[in-house]
Amino acid sequence: MRERPQRAVFPDGRLGLRHGPIELVIGAEGPARAAALEAAERRFATILEELVAELPLLRQPPAALPEGPTARRMWAAARPHAARVFVTPMAAVAGAVAEEILAAMVASGPLVKAYVNDGGDIALHLEAGATYAAAIRGLDGSELGRFTIRPEDGIGGVATSGRGGRSLSLGIGESVTALAATAAAADAAATLLANAVDLPGHKAIRRVPARDLQPDSDLGDRPVTVEVGPITEAEADEALARGFAEAEWMRGAGLIRGALLHLRGRTRILSPDPSLADA
Amino acid sequence: MNSPDPVASDKIRCDACPVLCYIAEGRAGACDRYANQGGQLVRLDPLTAIERGAPAVPFLECGWDGNPIASRPFLTAVGAGTTYPDYKPAPFIVSEEVEGVEMVTVVTEGIFSYCGVKVKIDTDRHIGPERALVRAGGEPVGHVTTTEYGSKMLSLGGVEHLTGGGKAEGRVTCETLLKLCNKEEVTLEVDEGAAMTIRAGTAPVIDGKPEALMRVGCGSAAIGMFAVQWAPHADEVIVVDDHITGVLSEHQAGRMLGLEPTGIRVKGRRSTPGRYFKVAEPGAGWGGTNVSDPLDILLPADKRKAKPGMTLFMVSTTGEDSAFFRLDEDLLPREEEIPPALVASAERVRENCEPALVSVLFMAGAGGSLRAGVTENPVGLTRSVRNALTQVTIGGAPAYLWPGGGITVMADVLETPENAFGYVPTPALVAPVEFTLRREDFVALGGHADRIRPVSEVLGGAKRVSAPVARDPRDRRNFRWGA
Repeated sequence: MRERPQRAVFPDGRLGLRHGPIELVIGAEGPARAAALEAAERRFATILEELVAELPLLRQPPAALPEGPTARRMWAAARPHAARVFVTPMAAVAGAVAEEILAAMVASGPLVKAYVNDGGDIALHLEAGATYAAAIRGLDGSELGRFTIRPEDGIGGVATSGRGGRSLSLGIGESVTALAATAAAADAAATLLANAVDLPGHKAIRRVPARDLQPDSDLGDRPVTVEVGPITEAEADEALARGFAEAEWMRGAGLIRGALLHLRGRTRILSPDPSLADA
Repeated sequence: MNSPDPVASDKIRCDACPVLCYIAEGRAGACDRYANQGGQLVRLDPLTAIERGAPAVPFLECGWDGNPIASRPFLTAVGAGTTYPDYKPAPFIVSEEVEGVEMVTVVTEGIFSYCGVKVKIDTDRHIGPERALVRAGGEPVGHVTTTEYGSKMLSLGGVEHLTGGGKAEGRVTCETLLKLCNKEEVTLEVDEGAAMTIRAGTAPVIDGKPEALMRVGCGSAAIGMFAVQWAPHADEVIVVDDHITGVLSEHQAGRMLGLEPTGIRVKGRRSTPGRYFKVAEPGAGWGGTNVSDPLDILLPADKRKAKPGMTLFMVSTTGEDSAFFRLDEDLLPREEEIPPALVASAERVRENCEPALVSVLFMAGAGGSLRAGVTENPVGLTRSVRNALTQVTIGGAPAYLWPGGGITVMADVLETPENAFGYVPTPALVAPVEFTLRREDFVALGGHADRIRPVSEVLGGAKRVSAPVARDPRDRRNFRWGA
């Protein structure tokens, strides 16, 4: 039996939507709040089917442009990275869904603040004066960082990737958060930065072909991390440094605004503005 | 139930949503909510949402056929999800009329930091000293506790290991508890003791050797049980046991049968006539001792009483080991073939031993904030449970309520549905808890009465039906008013 899209309103007024692997928590403030939440729900009704229709194409490195608006957001987020590393539009799927829903909300009328959180990948809309506070927690629940985003920061997306998520990773990054102009861009960057935090060839890292775990993974036979055994502190620093260098390149190319990389109790922060780094 | 489309021997196509994930055996689909378990599509608990700070969307998957005759489903909390923070009403509060009484069941999945398992391992083998640490993958996850009759006991988990130790300790403890509660196999090592592979409902494997039988009783008890069958066939019978080794001719049972002292003496400390402690060290040999040659527990025979030609039958408390000896001219025991009557008696001992099993009781305290999902006045629930107005079950399994304050319960994991338990990375275990009571009692304790829904409405969705339990949790005999 097929599950239909599901809806819940939480006691604090946020809207929850779920269909298949998509799980959204949506908040809106401002005159068009009710209209925006309705618009979100309307847009959500078909979004999964639209993506599924183009799934084979979205699981390939970005070449031919897909049709759907969400698929195009994914494609556009993956494309700038494709010349350097292996990436498919699927690296940005969660962020792109959040972004697409947010776009429908913003189009419905004036809002002071709105956000769509798709399993930790967040699309943000802030008008002057509004702020969005985010806290990043590690896999054990401990807080790794906290920051406040203002409209002038130019950040429309916050995405987190890593070993705790349900996506497969080529690297060993435990929690990598990327801040970018859009949620899809942040999602693609976080995915690739979590891959970049790595110790290639290290014996304590067990990897298996992605297809052994998820037969239809876009990663094909690429080795994905299943277990990270003991690594030294120096090795953890080395892995983080690889990720950090990649983050610096992305920031230089204008693909992200900042990033927070976490591994084995260590955190490295790349920020465009020191005020973001009050962790 | 979703009908998976079999596409290969070990992979299935999930049809729960349009993505149609192709799922390998033992893996979950992209949503992390459906998985392939042995070729069957099963739903997993919606736990991930809790950690993201968003309440899990209530989602029904589990029915429970609690009554084999009437086939009346009892909704368990498995897969129900939970609410967070606690003041929100539990995900499901359902009602239905049972034998003319409108019964309410509050269904939730509780997150327990104060929880663990008590493991009973049917063996007389030495698994390690009492109080020794029990480790999984090198991390301490519990300890060896008081030995019970025919069994060694472990106390695993608890808040000190889950959150009181290092991060790795908490994680490994949580993993170990989860596996044991979900009836999976774990391997444990006891400090200065054995390595064990255990799984609820199966025989323990201790230091690589599967345990077959529980002992029939201690050595002294075995003498008491079988003295009449042994006395005609040997001058002396010694039942080798790590706890109390029994010596027939000295034992009260032998004396009453008129047996003469044989002068065959055993090592150890005599407790009362014919009962000896510590004839050897604990181990994996005869009767839970470290002895592989039973003669090792004998002292030289008393020359005043022993006579050449006397016969001696030695047997372990499980009947798995036995041997027959005759004293030579120098009063030294020489092994001979065991007479058929005694072979049969060893077989009788073995027959009276129950199969050795591992049993796992989940134990947790539901006395905390979980209660707020049931009522605005949490202590009201505690009192209602105490007064036998509210029946507590764990995934439909009857829960033993520990006396005293709070709601501390124990339940046999074998009576819970498959994969009834989950975890959150806090780390803590997520267990299904159901509170069942009369509607009037629910209202009286300040229950979230506005949230009551008819059970039929909730059971409309996909459901998993599990094997019935012995008694429906809603049976009137469970309650004070129905007794």
